[in-house]
Amino acid sequence: MSSDLHGLVAHQFDDMEQQREAATIGMWAFLITEVMLFGGMFMCYTVYRTLYPEAFQAGSHHLNIILGTLNTALLIGSSLTMALAVHAAQNGHRKQVERLIVATILLGSLFLAVKAFEYTGKWQENLIPGPNFAPAEPIPHLQIFYALYFVLTGTHAFHMVIGIGVMVVMLVMNRGGKFSKDYYAPVEMAGLYWHFVDIVWIFLFPLLYLLGRH
Amino acid sequence: MSHGLISTELYYKIFATLMALTTLTVIAAFIDMGALNDIIAMGIACTKALLVILFFMHVRYNSPVTWIFVSAGFVMLLIMLMLGMNDYVSRSWDAPPSPWTAPPSAAPASH
Amino acid sequence: MNAPGTVKERNFINADYGIKSWLLTLDHKRIAILYLLSTTFFFVVGGAAAVLFRLELLTPASDLLQADTYNKMFTIHGVAMVFFFLIPTIPAVLGNFLIPLMIGARDLAMPRLNLASWYVFNLGGLLALMGIAGGGVDTGWTFYTPYSTTYANSQVILTALGAFVSGFASIMTGLNFIVTIHTMRAPGLKWFRLPLFVWAHYATSLIIVLGTPVVSITIVLVALERLFHIGIFDPALGGDPVLFQHLFWFYSHPAVYIMILPAMGVVSELITCFARKRIFGYKFIVASSMGIAILGFLVWGHHMFVSSQSIYAGLVFSVLTMLVAVPSAIKMLNWTATLYRGSISYQTPMLYAFGFLGLFTIGGMTGIFLGNLGLDLHLHDTYFVVAHFHYVMVGGMVMAYLGGLHFWWPKITGRLYPEGWAKLSAIIIFVGFNFTFLPQFVLGYMGMPRRYASYPDEFQMLNIFSTAGASILGFGYLFPMIYLTWSLFRGKKAGPNPFDAKGLEWTVPSPPPTFNFTETPVVTEEAYDYPI
Ligand SMILES: [Cu+2]
Repeated sequence: MSSDLHGLVAHQFDDMEQQREAATIGMWAFLITEVMLFGGMFMCYTVYRTLYPEAFQAGSHHLNIILGTLNTALLIGSSLTMALAVHAAQNGHRKQVERLIVATILLGSLFLAVKAFEYTGKWQENLIPGPNFAPAEPIPHLQIFYALYFVLTGTHAFHMVIGIGVMVVMLVMNRGGKFSKDYYAPVEMAGLYWHFVDIVWIFLFPLLYLLGRH
Repeated sequence: MSHGLISTELYYKIFATLMALTTLTVIAAFIDMGALNDIIAMGIACTKALLVILFFMHVRYNSPVTWIFVSAGFVMLLIMLMLGMNDYVSRSWDAPPSPWTAPPSAAPASH
Repeated sequence: MNAPGTVKERNFINADYGIKSWLLTLDHKRIAILYLLSTTFFFVVGGAAAVLFRLELLTPASDLLQADTYNKMFTIHGVAMVFFFLIPTIPAVLGNFLIPLMIGARDLAMPRLNLASWYVFNLGGLLALMGIAGGGVDTGWTFYTPYSTTYANSQVILTALGAFVSGFASIMTGLNFIVTIHTMRAPGLKWFRLPLFVWAHYATSLIIVLGTPVVSITIVLVALERLFHIGIFDPALGGDPVLFQHLFWFYSHPAVYIMILPAMGVVSELITCFARKRIFGYKFIVASSMGIAILGFLVWGHHMFVSSQSIYAGLVFSVLTMLVAVPSAIKMLNWTATLYRGSISYQTPMLYAFGFLGLFTIGGMTGIFLGNLGLDLHLHDTYFVVAHFHYVMVGGMVMAYLGGLHFWWPKITGRLYPEGWAKLSAIIIFVGFNFTFLPQFVLGYMGMPRRYASYPDEFQMLNIFSTAGASILGFGYLFPMIYLTWSLFRGKKAGPNPFDAKGLEWTVPSPPPTFNFTETPVVTEEAYDYPI
């Protein structure tokens, strides 16, 4: 280990390699907790879709598939820019890292904007679950579909907000010259988180928008 | 410690595949194929997720520990869904004949 | 090492002074002590509630406490004990202190996360206490729907939020252990040379990581249901309250193993040390720890046999439950085989280990009764269940915790506890415990349901026994609190290895210096290299 890296290795670690390995394993273990967090909601989804297939079919029909597809494209695009940002960080191209992270933030924010637009629509149609839930045509148990829709997409959007916050931190650290060819673990970890949030959406999209569409 | 193995070209290829799969799944959703619809939609979603995990998240190039962790998460999810749904699917089945009561008049048919 | 008494050695306790140096510490050993204080506090809170409702149960009528106060008392007892004592204590106190020492590391992999987890834990505790102060909760620690979401007229949300928040603390600890054990083992310390205590914590951490998020999201859904009536758990709106039980027990059955696996790790260390004998079947114990961690996730439905769960699912869960008995039995047999022809010394930690063996066996075996679909229809929600899980949790986890606390007390504080007092209170606890809970098996078998403030007259005799035992048990728990505190100031100096035990933690001074090892140790031998 070259001595100029010394300040970057925390006291409990022997060297950079050990520190990086710890960060990777820690991140993956954390992502498992996230899988299980969404897993509980997927369980609810599976149960109620089995119990009330008509309500879920009607609910899927009512969601806006164009906006859903657009959001899917936005997120996949942001995953690409994120992967490229990590690649640029590995090669020590600071300018490129900056541009790519900004692109990721922009795509993520666009996603949230579309989501907000969708939510407003549901609000105007009185489709927010609770005492004021009043769909135009009453379908039994439609409320449960919307409850799951909001819980799932809401938790996902919450993760997006956190992800964007993390990206801003990465941007600041990158500006401050914290990263180099030898030290880019934070960008890499932030990338893993971002891709995970993308994967969640990859499943939410068919579950909520596509199944029972025909 | 050289992790710059993957070329950016591969990332673009993965991106293109993901977009193509998205288009495919949307189109497939509009064609009525019965139960096959759900299977196709979920199959495509799993493929997309796998591509992201393997390439964007570098699991393909990581140590086996990462492989084990990733699969542990999904296996546990599967266990939860399977054992949980085991209850919901079998709730509508007839109860097994009880030795403590008189046998039912009609033979119980499943479903 | 310098001669004792001449120069004051630098250790983690006197490394720095002042309250700030403790509240902002990143040292895993100091954080362990912070956790010791917090969890002991919640043990006292939960214990106080138990004293009150045990007194109420002296007489058949509900006279000392009204029914709703009684309900709040057993809920406080359950919430405080389960979420704030049984689940966190051994990992966060003993595990936190010992894992880096046992694997030859300077600290856990993520010291900041470790400190954060203590603050998060206390925040959770504070929320739960606010719930109690603001009127209490009467749902029981399980928060069953639809009672908790629709009908309960008490502080459900605050208390559930407390459990939710403390869950994050346990996730943080679990993540930290996994990363540390994977990446920070000393050179030569291969996986199969790790102490069984470390293996047990690894298995526990896996359960924490895989299970806790599910209960977190479930609590969020309960809160949403209670606040907005979104229908997910409300049968009036088409929701299925039994789904809550599925999600809740998906975590809460494995949570029993979060409590008991670290306890088993402690007992493995105690038995091999005080039998002076290498542990029998090391790899089998490792495999059974991992087996318990995995199988524990397959059996949750045994809590729901009478909940309108399908009978076929009940059958599956009943059969799977029998499977979990296998790895536990493997451990039990291995410990017994370790004792066989060992040179056993009956010091306090070993007394607790013996207590564990006997009580956990009873707890485990009665668990098999309850896992039987047919038998459970009779015993469900009776005092038989109460007795069963207290034998597992108190007889198992608390016994092992006290044993471990005494065993490593000299390491943690540098002082010896008074052996005579310690032995006496170990015996008092054992006797008091059995007096409290053996009668409850009989009561439950006779059909006395749990969670009622009043009961028919014919149950009074056994309830008097139980309350009398509980007061003995209560005194038994007070003793260690007193003499351990006393020993901090007056106890004999311990030296690095008072029990002549094996393991890296005994090679460093007591108390250890801040960074544990002056140079990284190199391990060349298997674990538990004892003479016999
Ligand atoms: Cu259980």
